[in-house]
Amino acid sequence: MSGTSFLSAALVLAQGLLGLAMVFAVVRLLRGPRAQDRVLALDTLYVNGMLLVLTFGIRTGTTLYFEAALVIGALGFVSTAAAAKFLLRGEVIE
Amino acid sequence: MNWAAGILIVLGAALALSGSLGLLRLKSFYERVHPPTMGTTLGTGLILAGSMLHFSVLGDRPVLHEVLIGALMTVTTPVTYALLVRAALHRDHAEGRDPGA
Repeated sequence: MSGTSFLSAALVLAQGLLGLAMVFAVVRLLRGPRAQDRVLALDTLYVNGMLLVLTFGIRTGTTLYFEAALVIGALGFVSTAAAAKFLLRGEVIE
Repeated sequence: MNWAAGILIVLGAALALSGSLGLLRLKSFYERVHPPTMGTTLGTGLILAGSMLHFSVLGDRPVLHEVLIGALMTVTTPVTYALLVRAALHRDHAEGRDPGA
């Protein structure tokens, strides 16, 4: 087995694992039971999605996916912080 | 070098998966906050290291811009989770629940 075919097999395996991780996060997002559990599951879903985009970037060999992953990471931070602020205060911007 | 990159990426993905499994399986919210941090810290770090290694070999020069994502995740994860746990504690107190239960 050559190094290149090992890397492509490893990438397929990693994408399967990350897809399964996203499924677990979605199950927790739907199941709840409380709002903070759903916010936590959404944050986990964002991180797993960002890692999946990174593996797509390695697979295609272009750096275009890197910017997409960076934007997903930044938006995940902002949305989770806004949702936590809403749970704490009842409004996002006071 | 391709072997090292592949091993790093699979290890990182497995860490992210175990973090999500912990999020699904643990009982209370305060226990469930812990496992996803495995994916956000070491899982992300390993996949980024694999990506840096792969693109550095592919481009025949050091490609280090993935450090940006690593720095972003390192700075933002503790902030969001501390904020979220504070909100959960506030909600538990407001409703008269015991946070340890």
